[in-house]
Amino acid sequence: MNKLIPFWSILKKDMKNYYLKPPNISWGIIFPIAWTLMFFIRSETAVNIRSILPGVMALSVLFGTTSMLAVTITFERRSRSFERLLLAPISLNLLMLAKTTGAIIFGVINAFIPVIFASFLTDLSNINWIAAFLSVLLIAVTSTFLGLFIAVSVSEVFEAQTFSNFFRFPMMFLCGLFIPIPNLPVVLQPLSFLLPLTYGADILKTAINQTGFIPPWISFLVLLAFSLFLFLMSTRNIQKKWIY
Amino acid sequence: MSSTIIEVNRLSKYFGNLKAVDEISFSVNKGEIFGFLGPNGAGKTTTINMLTGLARPSSGSIYIAGEDGIKNIKKVQQLIGIVPDESNLYDEMSGLENLIFCASLYGLDKQKSEKRAKQLLAQFGLDNTGKRPFKAYSKGMKRKLTIAAGIIHQPQILFLDEPTTGIDVESARQIRQLLQELNHQGTTIFLTTHYIEEAERLCHRIGFIVKGKIVRIGQLSELMQDAQKDNIVEFTLETYCTELQNALATEFPETNVTKAEGEKIRISSPERIELMPFMKFFAQNQVPVYEARVIRPSLEDVFVKITGIELSEMKKEREGRKK
Repeated sequence: MNKLIPFWSILKKDMKNYYLKPPNISWGIIFPIAWTLMFFIRSETAVNIRSILPGVMALSVLFGTTSMLAVTITFERRSRSFERLLLAPISLNLLMLAKTTGAIIFGVINAFIPVIFASFLTDLSNINWIAAFLSVLLIAVTSTFLGLFIAVSVSEVFEAQTFSNFFRFPMMFLCGLFIPIPNLPVVLQPLSFLLPLTYGADILKTAINQTGFIPPWISFLVLLAFSLFLFLMSTRNIQKKWIY
Repeated sequence: MSSTIIEVNRLSKYFGNLKAVDEISFSVNKGEIFGFLGPNGAGKTTTINMLTGLARPSSGSIYIAGEDGIKNIKKVQQLIGIVPDESNLYDEMSGLENLIFCASLYGLDKQKSEKRAKQLLAQFGLDNTGKRPFKAYSKGMKRKLTIAAGIIHQPQILFLDEPTTGIDVESARQIRQLLQELNHQGTTIFLTTHYIEEAERLCHRIGFIVKGKIVRIGQLSELMQDAQKDNIVEFTLETYCTELQNALATEFPETNVTKAEGEKIRISSPERIELMPFMKFFAQNQVPVYEARVIRPSLEDVFVKITGIELSEMKKEREGRKK
């Protein structure tokens, strides 16, 4: 059997059916656009816009991807159509990759919304776009798998959104995007290094403003490790909870 | 109908300390419709979930079309079709899109999927509604489309969990007809139901499951024979009276004479009942007889006898399911 057929088919269905569901529009599209505009309008100089760009990009990815999985998985669980996918002759890993690829693409696109806004307001030269793209991609992969982990742990869409915020908001303030990690209270600093967004944001800072402080290769490795851990935990939870 | 296509041995499923399925063993022959009958909570759905890969057995073995149904479940899933007890297709997608999507899950390319989907829509009488979203379908139409989705990849075996529960009489009749057609085309059908009359109409063999245990498996005729200890003949008379019943009992002491509903009398005997002496008796006593009928047990009688569950309990359950 050609595994690409079900993979592409699941991905296409999710993009068509769920990407414009209200929870996705509010958390995944409107929210990132709103804070992009809010930060950019509040910033008085072009330098400020460029300095906050990594943070806004990282948060756009985080909110977009985690919302997506909360919708695609929990909607289908509630209507029992997810059972149909579990009963198909495709491996659980392939199924989960198909379910998450759409969210990853959505997250990457979301990340470049602030870039488009910024391009009208400031000079975006001397940016390492390859590193920026790779970091956006890795943030998208990690936060998608975080979204998957959350979606697998709950049964309703609203629970998924609430549970997502439990991770998203602390991450916003502890990952060094708006408050540099050395400026955080000493007790909170170790916590920052337990958050995947810290590493993604640091690569973005290096790529855009050369202000990151963790060697990029370490951040890439840590993000890959987070992704793998969250993916394996999610598939393990699915096998435990849904193939009972 | 001789080679075995499903072989289940000492299959059990525990939920904590609760034994939902208790060491059941049975086999299903290729090309037959096998009915799995039992009240709610008997273990029917858990069994079907274990056979299809949605639940992991606690112990025992499953072989489907020669494949190990526990170790090689993904291989088995390619050979089987599953119709769950609830229609679980995608609300936002049309009937046609749903079928094409389901076909793609089994690796069918777009061209083949579309051709097969259109063919099934026509076969199931849904060709005029193929472009309508699934959420706009009636319950009966949803059920039909869910069955069509279950056979989109032309499986060898179709598992159906309560296929006609909660739908109108006409749709249920059409679905039963479709299942018979499918079976005639060679598909083996494993059906769980708590509608006894449905099992009676459709199934070649039936297994009764109660509290997680299989209490009896057999062909319909065998089960009927077991349930019928006595031969019974029922006479419909112009008027019934106790004197006539007593006179019959005196005249035919080797039989048991009872009153049936309305103006009817039932004669039962462990031996075959010859009609002529009774007809002579009625003629001599100038009792007009309008009908003489041999009474055979229904599957409901068999069910009650085998499971000890009263029909009233089954009816209550049925009503509950409909709601």
